Amino acid sequence: MINFVMPDLYPASAEIFILVMACVLLLVDLFAGSGRRWLVYLLTQLTLAGCFGITLATLDGQSVTTFSNMFVDDLFADFLKLVLYPTVAVMLVYSRQYLAARNLDKGEFFVLVLFATLGMMVMISASHFLTIYLGLEMLALSLYALVAIDRDSARATEAAMKYFVLGAMASGLLLYGISMVYGAVGSLEIAEVGQRIALGGGNKTVLVFGLVFVVAGLAFKLGVVPFHMWIPDVYHGAPTAVTLFIGSAPKLAAFAIAMRVLVTGLAELAEHWQVMLMILSALSIALGNLAAIAQTNLKRMLAYSAISHMGFMLLGLLAGIVGGDPRFALNAYSSAMFYVIAYVLMSLGSFGMILLLSRAGFEAENIEDFKGLNKRSPWFAAIMMILMFSMAGVPFFVGFFAKFAVLQAVVAAKQIWLAVFAVMFSLVGAFYYLRVVKVMYFDAPTDSASIEAPRDMRLLLSVNGLAVAVLGLLPEGVLEYSIYASYAFLVGQ
Amino acid sequence: MTGLPLLSIAIWLPIVGGLLVLATGADRNAGLARPLALVVAVAGFLVTLPLYTGFDHATSAMQFVERAPWIPRFNINYLLGVDGISVLFILLNSFITPLVVLAGWKVIGEKVAQYMASFLIMSGLMNGIFSSLDAVLFYVFFEASLIPMYLIIGIWGGPNRVYAAFKFFLYTLLGSLLMLIALIYLFFQSGFSFNLLDWHALKISLTTQIYLFLAFLVAFAVKVPMWPVHTWLPDAHVEAPTGGSVVLAAIMLKLGAYGFLRFSLPIAPDASRELAWLMIALSLTAVVYIGFVALVQADMKKLIAYSSISHMGFVTLGFFIFNSLGMEGALVQMISHGFISGAMFLCVGVLYDRMHSRQIADYGGVVNTMPKFAALFLFFAMANSGLPATSGFVGEFMVILGAVKFNFWVGFAAAITLILGAAYTLWMIKRVVFGAVANHHVAELTDIDAREFAVLGLLALCVLGMGLYPLPFTEVMHASVDNLLKHVAVPKL
Repeated sequence: MINFVMPDLYPASAEIFILVMACVLLLVDLFAGSGRRWLVYLLTQLTLAGCFGITLATLDGQSVTTFSNMFVDDLFADFLKLVLYPTVAVMLVYSRQYLAARNLDKGEFFVLVLFATLGMMVMISASHFLTIYLGLEMLALSLYALVAIDRDSARATEAAMKYFVLGAMASGLLLYGISMVYGAVGSLEIAEVGQRIALGGGNKTVLVFGLVFVVAGLAFKLGVVPFHMWIPDVYHGAPTAVTLFIGSAPKLAAFAIAMRVLVTGLAELAEHWQVMLMILSALSIALGNLAAIAQTNLKRMLAYSAISHMGFMLLGLLAGIVGGDPRFALNAYSSAMFYVIAYVLMSLGSFGMILLLSRAGFEAENIEDFKGLNKRSPWFAAIMMILMFSMAGVPFFVGFFAKFAVLQAVVAAKQIWLAVFAVMFSLVGAFYYLRVVKVMYFDAPTDSASIEAPRDMRLLLSVNGLAVAVLGLLPEGVLEYSIYASYAFLVGQ
Repeated sequence: MTGLPLLSIAIWLPIVGGLLVLATGADRNAGLARPLALVVAVAGFLVTLPLYTGFDHATSAMQFVERAPWIPRFNINYLLGVDGISVLFILLNSFITPLVVLAGWKVIGEKVAQYMASFLIMSGLMNGIFSSLDAVLFYVFFEASLIPMYLIIGIWGGPNRVYAAFKFFLYTLLGSLLMLIALIYLFFQSGFSFNLLDWHALKISLTTQIYLFLAFLVAFAVKVPMWPVHTWLPDAHVEAPTGGSVVLAAIMLKLGAYGFLRFSLPIAPDASRELAWLMIALSLTAVVYIGFVALVQADMKKLIAYSSISHMGFVTLGFFIFNSLGMEGALVQMISHGFISGAMFLCVGVLYDRMHSRQIADYGGVVNTMPKFAALFLFFAMANSGLPATSGFVGEFMVILGAVKFNFWVGFAAAITLILGAAYTLWMIKRVVFGAVANHHVAELTDIDAREFAVLGLLALCVLGMGLYPLPFTEVMHASVDNLLKHVAVPKL
């Protein structure tokens, strides 16, 4: 007879809540019918607010594991989740009108978004390789469906197909890598793996072999070169609301699992994965920025820009351990985390602008569609300008301090040439962001349609843009936030 | 001395005022935007006056110091202060701003509020550059000032404005990004400080100094601009609206030269002495070669742009011959060039507003229809070619004396500028102003009105005053220049 012990559910209360609510929503949607779609939307927002409340209420700075050490609730996870919920909520506000105009605001959309969010929460709290895999698949399967949610669109279907096939392959790579690690050390618990390797357990060759596959799987999820091929097509093909979703929140979760796997689990192999990350990030920064120049479609441009930004974030991750010395770990990981948060904020705003300018039957997804925006709406042109300059890393915007934080971590790790390489490609990157500003400010408008968007979206988008500017003037709060989270992470492992 | 945070006011008053002007919105409120901008600009100048009257000439220490923690995470402080080198540029900048507002009073009919706001914000940012004693604060102002200039060139510029705006932005960004790495490197070298004064005392090995010097050189050489990275300037000048050209020539070019004094020389004095030959060679090339280039220009603005490069070559020459005559001469030259080049661009602007041509060939005999204007234009041209009793003479003469003291042939080569400068400026005047009325367009010209006369007259007074009695300018800088030279002479290996 199996001795069943009821696991401690308290650390996972937010996850359980969102799961229950997602199931409730499925039922509500069934009975609400098409006339009361606002109800589903409202419930989704309330669910996210509830999660926020639960995570906040259960925030106690303790690192608690549950489900036989498969799930961890620490400050690092809580802090990332506290960023995650608002990100998803903002994304829903931005998407609402866009979805309604295309008749996509069905219950499934919201349920899938909640399941994807649950997947990300599981990823963030994973302390076991299988939990990581579980969360990852939950997120990925929801996203495949979301990309294809506009089922009459050939482009979206093609993107979903591509995403699915490549995503499945990446999951395979990751699983294969995980199995190698298991074979070498005989455990899948991340902290346990770390300890056993530190004690000299496991065959190094097998471990490094496994590491290659794990890093490849992670690189796919982060979307860095050479595992980036799905990014432009999926960003381009998916309905913009879904692109906004893919382009923002999952970056937080991917960052979390990269930290858990590489820093907690495989820190002893740092010299190996650092070289891999270095190659990945250098290639991403170079190719992302160069390819973005050639794009005329804003979604594709932002896709390549996402690749380069993720490459930049990896620079922070790889700078944590210098020749086996973890002295700079806190500095480096908190910088990477700050970068991710800043990027998510900017990404939300930029895709939000595309949604703002889109209307029924018209996708404002080409750079040309932003022509003369300064004439049509000086306010939103200014918001977009702030976002673009911030992405380019020009002060006084938060993007500058994100780049600054990562660069100082890289210089601290004595990788000055890597830093020089990164800034040189930032210069290339500045070109295409400037082009968007040019189109908005220097060109005459070709589209005279007035911008119609619900008030909540206008307000939130303005707040989003201003937040990018205000955090650029006063970045200390978010920097401290990242430090706390990373500190808790390093202490807890 | 008052207890007011004068430097903060000098920075933020124009910026906040600029945002207020921006808030007046559409062009139907232009009648409000213009006077408001003028009031802000004049107020911005008036608040900087106590900086001069309250300035203590006897000390080389920083004055009007303000300090507040900004980003404690990286030990970045909001640290402001001026010495004899920087205080004059704050005054100059604040003095030029109202003139620029006045110069654009009538000509700018579109997006008036944005135009005025751009200049006001830029003025505040540039005051920030001159008064920052924290490296990151300096950098942030330095880069942020690119944004308004980019917009000014791109929105209100000439037919090729997009190209010029991009070239301006990317060129300058290229330089400053390398500087950013150097700043971060120094942060770690100095034990986590971004305080410039700490860096001045820092001991650094010669090889490192040379790397740092080169990184700073790229940043500041582009900004000055020195030959051979000067090519953005003629494009930017030609395409920029008059106000843009004035600010560019009068203030922005000085930022580069100022950077040499604040960063290169005191932080890397040994490398400065080691590489002085390079700097002198580049400066002389600018003085002589660019002088010849100016001679053959058919476009008035281009001619003055090249003349600016040539004059700025004089400035960098003065810095790197390491005697007080040269350095003070160079500083006087910077101020004087601010007045003269600003005035020259305003003069060309006056002609351009009426004829919509900058080609020398389109003019001839302007003196017949615009006598008042012709007198002033001639006066500024004389000053530009270094006529005694104008401010142009003082600086050039001091630098040449200093150069002869350093090496006769360097002085000899520098003195060629007196001939070349006179040649290209006066030849232009001859073709534009004198002679018979060239065509019916010139015959229909109307002389300058009271507003234009006031602007040019004010500048003429400054040029004359400084030429006749330069003591008020030199006595301010004396202590700081001596201190800097003493500092540079001591090896800090």
